[in-house]
Amino acid sequence: MAAVIECGADIDTTPENHMSLKKTLSSASPLTLRIVAECSVTKARACDLVLPHCTVSTPVFMPVGTQGTLKGITVDQLEGLGCQICLGNTYHLGMRPGPDLIEKANGLHGFMNWKRNLLTDSGGFQMVSLVELSEVTEEGVKFKSPYDGKEILLSPEKSISIQNSLGSDIMMQLDDVVSSTVTGPRVEEAMHRSIRWLDRCIAANKNPDKQNLFAIIQGGLNADLRKTCLDEMTKRDVPGFAIGGLSGGEEKDDFWRMVTLSTDHLPREKPRYLMGVGYAVDLVVCVALGCDMFDCVFPTRTARFGSALVPWGSLQVKHKQYAKDLQPIDPDCKCPTCKRHSRAYLHALFKSDTAAMHHITIHNIAYQLTLMRSVRQSIVEGHFPEFIRTFMKRMFPSRDQYPSWAVDALASVNVTLE
Amino acid sequence: MAGSRMKLEFSRVIQGRSRLGVLKGLGRNGQDSMEVPGCLLYTHFGTVPHLTQDTLHTLSNLPSVTQVTLSNIAEHQEVLEEFKDGFRKFAGLHDTLLYCSLHDPAAPCPTGYTTNKTVSVWGSGGRIELTVAKFMALQKIVQPDWYQSMADGETWQNNTSRKRVRKSVDRTLTHLDECLVVHQNSQELDGVEVFGVVEGGDILEERVRSARETAKRPVAGFCLDGLQTGSMDQTLRTQLIAAVTKELPEDKPRLLQGVGRPDEVLACVEAGMDLFESFFPFQVTERGCALCFDFNISPDPERAVLELNGGERDTAGETQPNGDHNLDDQTQMTSFEIDLKDKRYQDDFRPLVEGCGCYCCKNHQRAYLHHLLVTNELLAGVLLMIHNTAHYHGFFGALREALANDQLDLLKDRVLRGRGGQTERKE
Repeated sequence: MAAVIECGADIDTTPENHMSLKKTLSSASPLTLRIVAECSVTKARACDLVLPHCTVSTPVFMPVGTQGTLKGITVDQLEGLGCQICLGNTYHLGMRPGPDLIEKANGLHGFMNWKRNLLTDSGGFQMVSLVELSEVTEEGVKFKSPYDGKEILLSPEKSISIQNSLGSDIMMQLDDVVSSTVTGPRVEEAMHRSIRWLDRCIAANKNPDKQNLFAIIQGGLNADLRKTCLDEMTKRDVPGFAIGGLSGGEEKDDFWRMVTLSTDHLPREKPRYLMGVGYAVDLVVCVALGCDMFDCVFPTRTARFGSALVPWGSLQVKHKQYAKDLQPIDPDCKCPTCKRHSRAYLHALFKSDTAAMHHITIHNIAYQLTLMRSVRQSIVEGHFPEFIRTFMKRMFPSRDQYPSWAVDALASVNVTLE
Repeated sequence: MAGSRMKLEFSRVIQGRSRLGVLKGLGRNGQDSMEVPGCLLYTHFGTVPHLTQDTLHTLSNLPSVTQVTLSNIAEHQEVLEEFKDGFRKFAGLHDTLLYCSLHDPAAPCPTGYTTNKTVSVWGSGGRIELTVAKFMALQKIVQPDWYQSMADGETWQNNTSRKRVRKSVDRTLTHLDECLVVHQNSQELDGVEVFGVVEGGDILEERVRSARETAKRPVAGFCLDGLQTGSMDQTLRTQLIAAVTKELPEDKPRLLQGVGRPDEVLACVEAGMDLFESFFPFQVTERGCALCFDFNISPDPERAVLELNGGERDTAGETQPNGDHNLDDQTQMTSFEIDLKDKRYQDDFRPLVEGCGCYCCKNHQRAYLHHLLVTNELLAGVLLMIHNTAHYHGFFGALREALANDQLDLLKDRVLRGRGGQTERKE
């Protein structure tokens, strides 16, 4: 079902809305969401997300290829693992090699030779987290280039212009990112500014017929602010929504409440992307809360330190206890690493060659994608609650080790854990 | 050792020196073979640097023999001992023969640590001292198809005294005799072949003595040690190889350690060498470069026209001349490669080598490789290693083809021409 737009009559008239509410009836966005199944107990759903380069089965985990490459993995390997969409970072790619060069290479798809979908972030998050000398004004984010020291302004228009050059299938609006641990008027300011910036981003998109622009719900950990943001942003004609400003060190109790509040108010017929979430437990719980898309650098970053993800948590391949362990990382895993290599060989290889990291990276991506495929299947087959219970049992040695936030979150969507 | 099964069958020997043929009777069942001149597959602990089996097997025509080194393996003796099924299975290598050498040709080790009874290898955890007993215990658990006998190879530095060179020849022979005794009494090594090591530094008489004595032992082939790039110039190397090969039986293979540059490989094949190690493409990869030298000698009418018109080859103008006069530094770039970190490749949307069929060239462009290198991305090493390995093994294929068709001079001309052109431009 293509995005259905309710519009016209009851547009709310808070000051923020006067700018440019470019609402057109039934704009043909290059995205279609088909809901395949909805869980009868939780808010989980399985969808086919049709994007310009291929259809994505959701719930989906999107691996992060920051600089136009997924940490030592070739695009063929990534495709072989069944990945249908991955991320590129606008901040990094905008710096090096720069939008002009990527445009000449037929966009990021051409530059990295990736045939499936790409999502790019706005660049704002990195700006705030990586660059010390950044200043946020109504105009945009001002910062000094770490490469040549030049002052650069990343405005909503600039962010979209770079993302238009990258040619991603999904672009993210520039939002005013505040750390989720900050409270007070700054959070409210950032929320309102993010709404204004969304309108500027929508206006700036040169390729609305080819590139989808997602809005990002802000509002920190304040339910009222989140709600205001949701009300405003859902009035805009955007093809999808992200839940932003979370996963930044806040209490998990606050985190899940903000997630569930957001999904309660987001339109059913549009995809919901929970940004920066990638731990297995978080994924399963947040699918139950109604999220469709996730991304996180954790699985690939942790791989390079020798940490392999397994249904019972993680396995530190470099630890001595695996030096003589001749089993694969996960005997049930079907990834190329587990099919060929033992823990002992990988343990030893870490001392001789970087290929050891690639083996674990492949395994971890396979783990994430397989987990999401299993989640989807259980939703389609109508036994997602049972899947959650089995998953939690495997992940934690005993009931009393279940994180209380996860227990509460799941209870809120009618899943009780024995 | 009741006679080695390994046997070199020649299809052609040119001017009594360059040897083209097939090394037969390889593997513990004696069913495998490899073409010579040829090179082994270079690995770190059984893994081609940067590559997983998926990325490695995008390459076709890989060598049938994989080289592993005790410098990588020695520190893992315990786990291999418990594993019992040999290194090949431990490393998840199913379809390859295994050759076990002492040192890593791309990681020269410090000198001053050999004694009458021991040699040392350097692993990730530091130095490990090997006696013949420990060396042979390692071979028994590695279970290679063939291995290099223990050797004192510390004579490659300039100014090594005659006395030290003589000692290294004597020690190496003693190690060989001791290795052979253990070998013959070890059921586990039944069907495994031993290569004797020819030492002798840069002293002709010692080289000859080492070769003559080693040839008297029941070895399947010979490793020529101490002639590696950086230790001497090619003229002296050619002289020494010529003197050594005269002492060696014709039907046994000769492996040259530590020489990988295409020009040197060509000269050494002409001097009578059969086998090489493929560490060179790894070194090129590590410095962010791509092999691009021309070895195409198949007749191509279009190309001939281009050349008649004085058309400049694609890559000739791009290689930067250096390294050739710097014998000591193997990390220096050579004229057989292009440096992809160079700014000029920033917006170069061509493949690394036009017409190359490797995964990297079929899927990616120089601009992308440049980007991966300047941003320090791991994929740079992966893609470069794929290309450089493909290019280097392609060169060996062309070398055999040239020998078969009596076109070695033409090939030499092709391979070296880029270099000649360099000098002109430089002047």
